[in-house]
Amino acid sequence: MSHPVLRLEGIGKAFGPVTVLENIAFDLAPGEVVGILGENGAGKSTLLKIVSGVYTPSAGRVILDGQTFSALDPITARRHGVAMIPQEFNLVSTLRVYENVFLGQELRRGALLDRARMRQRTREVLHSLAVELDPDLPIERLSVAERQMVEVARVLVHDARIVILDEPTTVLTDREVAVLFDVIRALVAKGVAVLFISHKLKEIRQLCDRLLILRDGQQIELCPAGELSEEEMACKMVGRELSQLFPDKRGTPGEAALRVRDLGVAGLLHDIDFTLHRGEVLGLAGLVGSGRTEIAETIMGLRRKSTGKIEVDGKPLAIDSPRAAHAHGLAYLSEDRQGKGLVLPFNVMENITALSLPRYVRGLIRHRAERRCAEAYQQRLAIKAARLSEPVQLLSGGNQQKVYLAKLLDIDPEVLILDEPTRGIDIATKQQIYRLIRSLAEQGKAVMVISSELEEIIGLCDRVLVIREGRIAAELDYEEINERDIMLYAAGARQRGQAGAEVH
Amino acid sequence: MNDASNSKPMGQLGLQRLRRLPLNATILAPLLALIILFVLSSLASEYFFDARNISNVLRQVSYTGIIAIGMTFVIIAGGIDLSVGSMVALVGVLLLYVVNAIADPLQGVLLGMLAALVAGSLFGLFNGLLVTRGRMAAFVVTLASMSIFRSLALYLTDAGEVTTPNPLFSEIGGGYVLGLPIPVWTFFGLAAIAHVLLFHTPFGRHVCAVGANPQVARYAGIRVERVVLSTFVIAGICVGLSAIMLSSRLNSVSPSDAGYFYELDDIAAVVIGGTALSGGRGSVWGTVIGALILGIINNMLNLTGVSPYLQGLVKGAVILLAVLLQYRRTG
Repeated sequence: MSHPVLRLEGIGKAFGPVTVLENIAFDLAPGEVVGILGENGAGKSTLLKIVSGVYTPSAGRVILDGQTFSALDPITARRHGVAMIPQEFNLVSTLRVYENVFLGQELRRGALLDRARMRQRTREVLHSLAVELDPDLPIERLSVAERQMVEVARVLVHDARIVILDEPTTVLTDREVAVLFDVIRALVAKGVAVLFISHKLKEIRQLCDRLLILRDGQQIELCPAGELSEEEMACKMVGRELSQLFPDKRGTPGEAALRVRDLGVAGLLHDIDFTLHRGEVLGLAGLVGSGRTEIAETIMGLRRKSTGKIEVDGKPLAIDSPRAAHAHGLAYLSEDRQGKGLVLPFNVMENITALSLPRYVRGLIRHRAERRCAEAYQQRLAIKAARLSEPVQLLSGGNQQKVYLAKLLDIDPEVLILDEPTRGIDIATKQQIYRLIRSLAEQGKAVMVISSELEEIIGLCDRVLVIREGRIAAELDYEEINERDIMLYAAGARQRGQAGAEVH
Repeated sequence: MNDASNSKPMGQLGLQRLRRLPLNATILAPLLALIILFVLSSLASEYFFDARNISNVLRQVSYTGIIAIGMTFVIIAGGIDLSVGSMVALVGVLLLYVVNAIADPLQGVLLGMLAALVAGSLFGLFNGLLVTRGRMAAFVVTLASMSIFRSLALYLTDAGEVTTPNPLFSEIGGGYVLGLPIPVWTFFGLAAIAHVLLFHTPFGRHVCAVGANPQVARYAGIRVERVVLSTFVIAGICVGLSAIMLSSRLNSVSPSDAGYFYELDDIAAVVIGGTALSGGRGSVWGTVIGALILGIINNMLNLTGVSPYLQGLVKGAVILLAVLLQYRRTG
């Protein structure tokens, strides 16, 4: 092994009396990918923030490039080649690709910008990553995956030697993940060291040379990635035997709760026709952008439909607003928890009762009843919040998601449409949410789950619709659900003929 | 990991009760500033604590304070209303026209007041419709209507003062109840109602949600446009009330002076009171305190003989200080 670019010695971090990291020690060699695993709250982000200089460790030393630091700051870390690609991108959406790549470090000729050279450098870097992207496109016209590539290019232009990727794949489709991994391998081939954080164990195994598993701030395991199976990784993260991730399916669907007939939205959706039964968990699979979210939003009255009918419990309804949808027993969990789901500065109580507020009003809002309700959900869903009067923006992603689910449950809906219900959530919370979904189905609710994680679709759903380019590409029943077929239909490699026969 | 941290809630009854009081960090800072200012003022001038002076200060504050309460709703919902000052002048002019047009003094006053409230809410509706239906920024819409309202007031009166011979009219703004001027009662009464509206009704909750994130509000089935529209109408009604108090106190309206720069004093009061200009959160009592702080500063500077030309400087410094403290708290 060559000289390490980064060495951590006995790193610890405490906030007041609370120790969040203890005695972390490892080396990172050039051209190495180390995966960091752990549940939410295990200390992953604290560790990353120490490496990137945002936090000062309360114990231990960081050795970068052979230079020892007991305290780093972001600028020094940056100067020594540490670059972080955050989950939320730091790109200026109105500026062009090359302008973002060189933002803050613009190349100049005299007093003026050297646009030609910046464009050229951007093109070269993108090319070296095998990404074809016009440097002149404004960021707002790029897909999420393309934006991520711009972040990577930005890091490379600045000669990073240690790149930190914080859950880079949560926002990507499988195909885009494959591209990203190729890019990471291209980085590694140049001798860049990568710290990779993900909740997806399979990805970690695919990509990483070594693994660092954290639990409650302790370093539990540091070993070559090949040594552990996915189950073993999960066990070490959770610290106990993880019982089955997905609950047993119990597929005896009842009567139809929601019927969607020939639904169409001009230019987006065509001939969407399906039935959702009580007691059933129906999966909506497909690539990002295939129209799954649009189906949900149209049902909820958030988009205007151009054709089709929606029936709830056999009655045709004209749902033209989310308000009307809620009134008819429909509830929708958006994939964009922070942008469309929760009012971040509102506290836990106010968020949970956001839909059900009229129930707590007798002339005025009965704050005490509201609090009691929130406490009940806190217990039922194991929401970890220091205080119910705390703004939800201070909660971890998993707990925010539970608050969001509680918000839906509080109007006691008959039909739940859950869009990416476990995005960016640790495995233990995922398990809780899966159990909740199944128990809702068992209570006779109808549940539709939209997910980009195939594992989730396969493990959780009784029936799956594969959506492609705004149409239902296939319907797979219980026994037919498998990864290969879903991918083939989703990608359009296989199409179903009119009579249900397969056509290649 | 799950089971360990979920022990029983701690028995912090006393603390909880304290937390239920409407005292939180946002309102505590302005309240503290008000108290300090109060003490300083009484030390600086022996006349400050005089009952007449206090009652005068309160009356002065109430004209802008009443509007600032309406402005609080607009700002929490993510908007701004620059037109309130001009609207005071226009509503005041219309009010006096109605009062003068009716022979019976009592009827004249009652119908005049009604007309002022209706006119205020219609002007608010005008602003609100342009913002919601017209999809224009509140800043731009109200910048334009500020100019329009003032111009109309000047045109209608030919830039001359409007007065009234009605003997009852001046009893509203000039009258006293239980030793306090009627405008002051109106101000505090309105504040109490507004507080209930903001914190104890679904409407108030919706105002905050819309200001914090209109997208989330839409997905939660809140009629975002209607909420925003309502805040402008509320501001308009407050302007109507303020115009009644102001014009009846003076028994006249000057189309060029009435409400001049009120919008700035109102926004200042809201901001000093701890309501974020970006919307989402705020408090009515904070605004009341903000308005009182501005009023007392004015009064103190007058009493101590500071040049009137320097008063704007002090006001500006207080606003900066308030906002600076806000960022400390939230950042």
